[in-house]
Amino acid sequence: MRILGIETSCDDSAVAIYDSTCGLLAHKIYSQTDIHRLYGGVVPELAARDHLQKLLPLLIQLFKDLNISKKSIEGIAYTAGPGLMGALLVGAAVGRSLGWALGVPTLGVHHLEGHLLAPMLEPNPPQFPFVALLVSGGHTLLVEVQGLGRYTLLGESLDDAAGEAFDKTAKLLGLGYPGGPALAQLAEKGQAGRYVFPRPMTDRPGLDFSFSGLKTAALNTWLNAEQTEQAKADIAHAFQTAVIDTLVIKCRRALQQTRAQRLVIAGGVSANRLLREQLAVLAQKLNIQVFFPRVEFCTDNAAMIAYAGCQRLLAGQRDDLTIKAQARWSLTESN
Amino acid sequence: MPRILAIDTSTQVCSAALLINDEVQERYEVKPQQHTRLILPMIDGLLAEANISLQQLDAIAFGCGPGSFTGLRIVAGVVQGIAFAADLPVIPISTLWALAQGAYRIRNWQKVITTLDARMGELYWASFQLDNANKMYAIEAEQLCSLTKVPLPSDNDWYGVGDGWLNFAEVLKQQLADKVIEVEPNLYPHAQDVAVLAAVAYQQGKAVAAEQALPVYLRDNMYKPNAK
Repeated sequence: MRILGIETSCDDSAVAIYDSTCGLLAHKIYSQTDIHRLYGGVVPELAARDHLQKLLPLLIQLFKDLNISKKSIEGIAYTAGPGLMGALLVGAAVGRSLGWALGVPTLGVHHLEGHLLAPMLEPNPPQFPFVALLVSGGHTLLVEVQGLGRYTLLGESLDDAAGEAFDKTAKLLGLGYPGGPALAQLAEKGQAGRYVFPRPMTDRPGLDFSFSGLKTAALNTWLNAEQTEQAKADIAHAFQTAVIDTLVIKCRRALQQTRAQRLVIAGGVSANRLLREQLAVLAQKLNIQVFFPRVEFCTDNAAMIAYAGCQRLLAGQRDDLTIKAQARWSLTESN
Repeated sequence: MPRILAIDTSTQVCSAALLINDEVQERYEVKPQQHTRLILPMIDGLLAEANISLQQLDAIAFGCGPGSFTGLRIVAGVVQGIAFAADLPVIPISTLWALAQGAYRIRNWQKVITTLDARMGELYWASFQLDNANKMYAIEAEQLCSLTKVPLPSDNDWYGVGDGWLNFAEVLKQQLADKVIEVEPNLYPHAQDVAVLAAVAYQQGKAVAAEQALPVYLRDNMYKPNAK
């Protein structure tokens, strides 16, 4: 079954074609980062307007590049939530109506299900069951994945997502937008142990996270420090170490609690070098396998949406004629 | 005459119309926030009833704004999807223009000031007059204006339509005094008027490609970049 995937839940317009026989044919992403950089964060109205301008040209280019007819599409999967309502509506309206006009089934897909199943796009995909750590600018959660549509939420961030904490702290330190990767880079130059920040919520049982206090700690430390580049790097180092340590501690607990043999990392923050190193060490200690999908499948993309939608469409699920978009949608509701 | 499918979701009304051989069929419902549920079944029903496929159409038209930003994005998204799938050209029609054409169709008014509530103390505003072919044409071009500084017509005997007249009756009456004879605030854009205007535009070669099916928001630049 050949599926067109569409993703517009935040600030990336993305399209992809996944074929259950041949695998991923192609995917394309247009990032709006340059627009939102001027504002120091994603402006929802501007995101929605830009999706409407960029999505269809991207789609036309995708078919042109692949030199295939749109009539060869047998189904359409679009991100129906969670995300920014105005942004979601663009992908949903285009995706649902395109499917209706082509006479093929469509399905509104849960954005996080896409992320959870992204490692399935790799040549050596993990087997079910596995524990997934999803860390991005919008989400931080630990999920036990038993199979398609069989998800148990183990824990999630009660406030800022890990990526959000990186970006906000970077902003407070004057590292621009989105500053998460710049912060991680600066941390490499920092001196270990110069500052130490807490590992939030690791002193009690449970798998939830809280990262908003860390950015305040970083800011206060910076305001009380000598305003040198080295001090900034030292703070970045302490901040990053605290976040990554916390994530690793919770992953260890999740693996022990579920007795899972496989750990999957998804979301934009999974590009973080320290996180990858630390989790590889953990995996070795616990004698389990860890899976890192390539970065282009970790950040928001339509390949994962096409894949997730394809599995559900193959299982016989279909939309009615409603254009489905919901800003808030819990993962377990999609089970 | 071209065969045209027209849709409009720019206000609390959701409507779709099919224009074939000068005859128009329309679906019309006043249901705020239900457009995502209503629009595709409406279109599907119209085509099935007329026993016609998308491939037999000449163009797809839509009310491109001004209006609710969300409504405009729904309609533009739907039009893009259908037009791309069926290789149909697109005809964007101003919602205020369609509103004026509706005022002529329903009330036989020939000089019409259209206004929709744009919120934030502003109005979407335009005025139209009927031509010899019984189509409205713009006198005052569509614009976003302050509630208290609307463009005043130079002559009298106007009629008013649109929910601006409902929500701001007093403040508009003060400014326009006796230039306006009567108002009908409960008239909203209809897809059938979009279709009728689009048929003319189509014959004038004003169709565009699917990816050009974009809203006219009128309100732009409402966000200020950070100082640094």
